[in-house]
Amino acid sequence: MAPSGPGSAAKRTLVWLGVVFALLALLLGGGSLWSNASWTPKLALDLEGGTQMILAPQVQGGSEEITPEQLDQAVEIIRQRVDGSGVAEAEISTQSGQNVIVALPGIPDPETRELIQASAQMEFRPVLFGGAGQAPAAETPTPEDQLPTPSAEPTGASDPNWITPELMQEFESTDCTSPEALEPAVEPAPADQPMVACEPNTMGKYILGPVEVKGTDIESADFGIATGQGGQSLNQWVVNIDFNDEGTEKFRAVTERLFAIGQGDPRNQFAIVLDGVIVSAPTTNAVIPDGRPQISGSFTEESAAALAEQLKYGALPISFEIQSEQQISATLGADQLRLGMIAGIIGLVLVAVYSLFQYRMLGLVTIASLVVAGGLTYLAICILGWTENYRLSLAGVAGLIVAIGQTADSFIVYFERIRDELRDGRGLVSAVENGWRRAKRTVLASKAMNLLAAVVLYFVAVGNVRGFAFTLGLTAIADLIVVFLFTHPMMRLLAMTRFFGEGHRWSGLDPSRLGVLPLYRGAGRVRHKPVEKPAVELRGRNKAAAGEAERRTTIAERRLAEQQKAAGRDKDAQQPETTNDHEAVAARGRGSQEGDNR
Amino acid sequence: MSRFSFAEFGNELYSGKRSYPFVGKRKLWFIIAGAAVLISLLIPVIKGGFNLGIDFRGGSEFTVSNVQDTNVAAGEEAVTGVVPEAIPRVTNIAPETMRIQTERLSDDQTLEVRDALIGAYGVTGEDVTSNFVGPTWGEDVSRQAIIGLIVFVVLAAALMAIYFRTWKMSVAAMAALFVVMVTSAGIYALSDFEVTPSAIIGFLTILSYSLYDTVVVFDKIRENTADQDVSVKRTFGEQVNLAVNQTLVRSINTSVVAVLPVAAILFIGAMLLGAGTLRDLSLALFVGIIIGTLTTVFVAAPMYAMLRMNEPEIRKQEKKVLHRRSLEAKGEESAVPA
Repeated sequence: MAPSGPGSAAKRTLVWLGVVFALLALLLGGGSLWSNASWTPKLALDLEGGTQMILAPQVQGGSEEITPEQLDQAVEIIRQRVDGSGVAEAEISTQSGQNVIVALPGIPDPETRELIQASAQMEFRPVLFGGAGQAPAAETPTPEDQLPTPSAEPTGASDPNWITPELMQEFESTDCTSPEALEPAVEPAPADQPMVACEPNTMGKYILGPVEVKGTDIESADFGIATGQGGQSLNQWVVNIDFNDEGTEKFRAVTERLFAIGQGDPRNQFAIVLDGVIVSAPTTNAVIPDGRPQISGSFTEESAAALAEQLKYGALPISFEIQSEQQISATLGADQLRLGMIAGIIGLVLVAVYSLFQYRMLGLVTIASLVVAGGLTYLAICILGWTENYRLSLAGVAGLIVAIGQTADSFIVYFERIRDELRDGRGLVSAVENGWRRAKRTVLASKAMNLLAAVVLYFVAVGNVRGFAFTLGLTAIADLIVVFLFTHPMMRLLAMTRFFGEGHRWSGLDPSRLGVLPLYRGAGRVRHKPVEKPAVELRGRNKAAAGEAERRTTIAERRLAEQQKAAGRDKDAQQPETTNDHEAVAARGRGSQEGDNR
Repeated sequence: MSRFSFAEFGNELYSGKRSYPFVGKRKLWFIIAGAAVLISLLIPVIKGGFNLGIDFRGGSEFTVSNVQDTNVAAGEEAVTGVVPEAIPRVTNIAPETMRIQTERLSDDQTLEVRDALIGAYGVTGEDVTSNFVGPTWGEDVSRQAIIGLIVFVVLAAALMAIYFRTWKMSVAAMAALFVVMVTSAGIYALSDFEVTPSAIIGFLTILSYSLYDTVVVFDKIRENTADQDVSVKRTFGEQVNLAVNQTLVRSINTSVVAVLPVAAILFIGAMLLGAGTLRDLSLALFVGIIIGTLTTVFVAAPMYAMLRMNEPEIRKQEKKVLHRRSLEAKGEESAVPA
């Protein structure tokens, strides 16, 4: 095969496709070697088995809409709770800007379930006893008779009379170094009762008095570098809280009392408790009358930011309502995946058989293109599973199967265009080029519709049908890549082969089956010298249409006639033929030899 | 020809030898489409609405697979044994698969019913799947679907108007889309298929398919009518009709190819898995792809031709064509030998 323009261009394009493939494969290969990428797609819970809950966050005591920022905080809260409860491999994500999706392997126990739904309770409680760096757990419990007993009913929140023997025993048996002690509480401690709590950072152990200020009284919280009296930077990270009016008043009363207790006494401290765990237990250095306390300490930028975030949660007690919950057993998931794959294979075989029936050997091009598109999609799904944690769901599998048909559509559009060009009397090489030029526009415009739908569906889809939209969009892109980088160059190369170029009767591009006998047959070879023959004779060879051959014409003939007419020299005697739709289609005896030269 | 050949069929359609009056008989097609829309709108009213899935009603659902004995009573007893006041709906949705739906159960009740079902059907815990849907979930799904529908239609209409540089193609495509939507919904209402979130996503996907199909045909129409102002061979309507005929083989092939994989999912989904994502999705797609192809050729293209037929330029050109034809008819009588 002599190197020619379209031929070498086609080969270059195929090389580019190879490069795309190699890059994707290298990326995934590298990922599996040096990271946790896998050569198989990650599966969603409906295929792997497990529980998926869709939760709607709700702001307690307010009907206002939840902002995306608050939703992200909500996800963060749930993530901390689920991680804290020791469930491995939980997936927590937001969807459609309004729901939180929690996917857990297996079936969660009722505690985990409640934990996920519970609202974050932030509260400020005074410290009654304990402090940082307590012994993990008392080796020898204090004998019962030495336990402190309340001498009277407690009068204030800081009153040591809150400490009962039971509370003291609980305090002593609590081990703040154990992970369980740091789990978020399922049942929040009653606000008007004392409680035992741990502070994870310092392993501190405390007995806390009743709630004095609620998290909802926080207006906002942020962090920054402390500044001294003269405005100079103190090179120290601090966290600033801003209380609302009610919070300001309460906090002033608290700091007045705590400050009066004096430094060194544990009761000088107060604790900020989130979900039953202390996030910070600062000492009181001053009375804060303006509701704008500043927490300083050995903060790093990260820890200051984290505390400020946590304080913001406090301002937003979000609880969650389960909207939908699905539990799929692992065997059922595997069954669904297997049946989904069987459905895919059946679909693929049906499409392949139909393509072969319709397009003969060209059907092989369709099948090869589908295989290439499938390969690209597979690599993309694996890579997205690795980088974006994309998981293939049953709906996603359905999307992939539906995409078989939609991908094959664009080849059909192209092939039909090539056939149209052949019917116009072109040789195969130019039919492939011209057909492509026209089909390209159509394919791009129509694929834009598919992509648009996939994107819109993706953003509005609720539940796991989102996976469907995702694979639909992914395959639309893969389809475009394949049509441009594989199908078209393949057609260019095939057009130069004898089999296709000469229009073998099994090639799917057999000109006589398409109602024309081309004069020029690709690859620079002229099989038949253009012979001056009336179109009638050419038509006559087409047995199927023999009876009507006289009245038939090709588009090329009509076009030529139109051009001549437009040029004002339409002299041929037209013989109109009336069809159902009053269409004049006939032209006689002209233009039998324009093939490639138009 | 003894055997029907698609290639031959295509040739005849392409040359205009064989032609179906998509544009010529448009009134008939519009009446049929209008009637279909009307009936589709009436069916849900008469039948009292759609068969809404549990996602729209709220409640608890259990699916038990690998069941040897598909006894409905066993499932009912398993539920009422735990929650006496419950009214369970037990259905055999596929071979070896039972579905039990009840009103909302608490977590404890769910676990107990689960255990009861394992005992009642003699299966292992692995075979029981439970599903709980809150009462507001369906509203969420519906609202999102409507938002998606509006956003998609507006964007698609704008995209088409820009691409084809005429709003009339957008209008015609949207008219066809409307017919697709309403009739698909009508078929759903008529056949009592369950409407689930998956089915709704299927519906939205149909819109994309329908427009995809319309764009391909419209692209050919645009190509054929590009030099309409200088051509005197065909009237505008005839030109549109030829374009539709010329793309008919493609329309048939693409819709067959699109429907085949969907049919495979439908078969596998409905026969072997029972109700679920696969079946609901593919059912909607199956119905929609067929209707989408039909509306493109019977509604969208004729509608576009009709919208433009009264433009002064088009009318002028039509007069010229008819005038030329009458001249040829006269000339033929004398010039053409018998």
